[in-house]
Amino acid sequence: MTLLRLAPPLTLGLMAVPVAAGLAGTALPAFGNGGAGFARLLDWPGLPRAAALSIGTGLAATVLSLALTVLILAAFAGTPAFARIRRLIAPLLSVPHAAAALGLAFLIAPSGWIARALSPEVTGWETPPDLLILNDPFGLSLTLGLVAKEVPFLLLMALAALPQVDADRRLTIAATLGYGRIAGFVLTVLPALYRQFRLPTYAVLAYGMTTVDMALILGPTLPPTLSAQITLWMSEGGLARRDMAAAAAILQLGLALCALTLWHCVEIVARHLIRATAFHAPRLPQLDRPATLAAHLGSLAVAGSLILGLAALSLWSVAGPWQFPDALPESLTLRTWDSAAPALAATAGTTLGIALAATATAIALTLACLQAETAEHLVPTSRALTLLYLPLIVPQIAFLPGLQTLALRLGLDGTALAVATIHLTFVLPYVFLSLAGPFRAWDGRIATTAATLGASEGRIFWRLRLPMLAGPVLTAFAVGIAVSIGQYLPTLLIGGGRVETLTTEAVALSSGGNRRLIGAYAVLQLLLPAFAFALATAIPAVLWRNRQQMRGLH
Amino acid sequence: MLELEALRITRDDRLLVDLTLAIRPGQVVTIMGPSGSGKSTALAAITGTLAPAFARTGRIILNGNDISSLPTRLRRVGLMFQEPVLFPHLSVAGNLAFGLPSSVRGRQARQARIAAALASAGLDGLADRDPATLSGGQKARVALLRTLLAEPAALLLDEPFSRLDAALRAQIRQSVFDSARQAGIPTLLVTHDAEDARAAGGPVLSPLGGTLPL
Repeated sequence: MTLLRLAPPLTLGLMAVPVAAGLAGTALPAFGNGGAGFARLLDWPGLPRAAALSIGTGLAATVLSLALTVLILAAFAGTPAFARIRRLIAPLLSVPHAAAALGLAFLIAPSGWIARALSPEVTGWETPPDLLILNDPFGLSLTLGLVAKEVPFLLLMALAALPQVDADRRLTIAATLGYGRIAGFVLTVLPALYRQFRLPTYAVLAYGMTTVDMALILGPTLPPTLSAQITLWMSEGGLARRDMAAAAAILQLGLALCALTLWHCVEIVARHLIRATAFHAPRLPQLDRPATLAAHLGSLAVAGSLILGLAALSLWSVAGPWQFPDALPESLTLRTWDSAAPALAATAGTTLGIALAATATAIALTLACLQAETAEHLVPTSRALTLLYLPLIVPQIAFLPGLQTLALRLGLDGTALAVATIHLTFVLPYVFLSLAGPFRAWDGRIATTAATLGASEGRIFWRLRLPMLAGPVLTAFAVGIAVSIGQYLPTLLIGGGRVETLTTEAVALSSGGNRRLIGAYAVLQLLLPAFAFALATAIPAVLWRNRQQMRGLH
Repeated sequence: MLELEALRITRDDRLLVDLTLAIRPGQVVTIMGPSGSGKSTALAAITGTLAPAFARTGRIILNGNDISSLPTRLRRVGLMFQEPVLFPHLSVAGNLAFGLPSSVRGRQARQARIAAALASAGLDGLADRDPATLSGGQKARVALLRTLLAEPAALLLDEPFSRLDAALRAQIRQSVFDSARQAGIPTLLVTHDAEDARAAGGPVLSPLGGTLPL
């Protein structure tokens, strides 16, 4: 019992301490040397544009993602289309950011799959056109990639919150009062629903502004987004560069805070607008058709760009000769896989080892926290929930450079163990969010019944609660694996370039031209989490093949 | 013998329960009242699962021992809820084995005890079944067997018959009361149904201690 008590502070510490220490480690060199870092940063001519790109792509991606999410929910909630979307969310969510970005790049590049499919018949192109579609100077392809990756995340968060706000009955009441679907949803469900996914939206905004892997693959180059430039400076090395990178990281943190504050103000205005609109009771049924059409197109674009992009990656990994205007390769071959097998296997092994270590630790800590909550009758505070989101909202680029400097000083960088430890910081929130709901929703009368039969707390946990929660635990495990495999910046910086995972390799390869090898790395990056999710579905199905209630059949 | 000595439970200064009573072995005492009147709160105090928001004074004595502050699992107080609350991931036999004391050693001995218990309730051959596939009456009987196999020194019934249809209700009620009488277990029934209270045959009290006429 006493050990259990330590679990919540330990877990919060594992999330808060790296963030705090990293921020301090970034601030010291940034403000040290009489502010030389900032002086050099201000002399860099690319600064205004890099900063504008960061703000612009981040805000645009967040607005679009949120709008599309709300549109999909409003147009499809309770329809058969919704059930189809629901089934797609988990697999799409498990696609690592880098793989999604690479897939999109393989689709929309001037020599990408779309151009090949349309050439030469539609476009008349015999050679790839000289267009800057990928890495476009306005960050449009980066924004598109971010939207494709964030909509499934926001949808998942919304799905968990919908039953809590009694959405079905509110929508029915709005419909019986003559409201269209869109108006009914926005006026009766959205305000309560948004309160539930405000923190996830902040995470999306902060991530969108500061992503490095997606920006390196899809974003502009001269200059790149601020975060991407910071990473480039960090990897160039040299003390002057580091001070400049640290100053830029502090600036990036400030920009993110400004954007979050702006977002919060818009929230308040929007809340008043919705309330004022509701007073005039516009039914707006004429919105339903165009909105449903837009939701269809939007969800098709998101799912399509992810799925086709991944198909393009897979196809390239087994492609023989593939000349430009051809829609398909001349032949299929396993040569790429064959020749890269030793390197692929080693990298996949490292990736999986780190992911398993971080996830297993995260699951154990999360279960200990939740069990402590039960045993000690602790009530989770909203402050604890905010702390949980801390590593997701504070931009990685703001605190990881500082943490790398600290790790370097302490001689802790560059090992798989150090990388797994920093992965734990990012895996923990997702594992906790995924597991807390089912754990808390577990029927407490079962514990009471068992206790009256003489069972100890330990026996109730190991024999009843844990087995009954096997499904959610395995799902949380798969989520953790997917999060860990997707980490780019922590792996790059804390690994000091010496710990190679599928993600760091795939991003490193992306600047070169070997599409077959990129495809192989990205496919493997994709398959590992997919395999974890498949296991999380298959194991409970086998375990509970003779237990109707455990499979949700009553 | 189960005795409540001035058992008083309050929440936010509101008195919910005020009971002093003694239940002899085999006797069934009923607490009756509308929902929200504190009936189930009294049971939670006796099982030791009272939420921290409630304040309790007074003592709970079982066979001469004060169990007021013991953890639930050491109280030897059996409990049956409105629903059977069978463990959905275990078979019928697994559910019964969970209640059977570990002092019954060896796989064969335990299986024999479970089979005998099932046979005594007319449930022969259901050992390997998924509890979800049982009928309502069968589930109630399995829940009762599981409770009795743990050899409780007192039995608490939290409206255990209210979910059953009329015909089944009388039947299950009778077998629960008969089992408690045979085993000589003092039993406390909580219900809002006067017919349950009549069938119990013992005194009927309100949660605040007054005797109720039937």
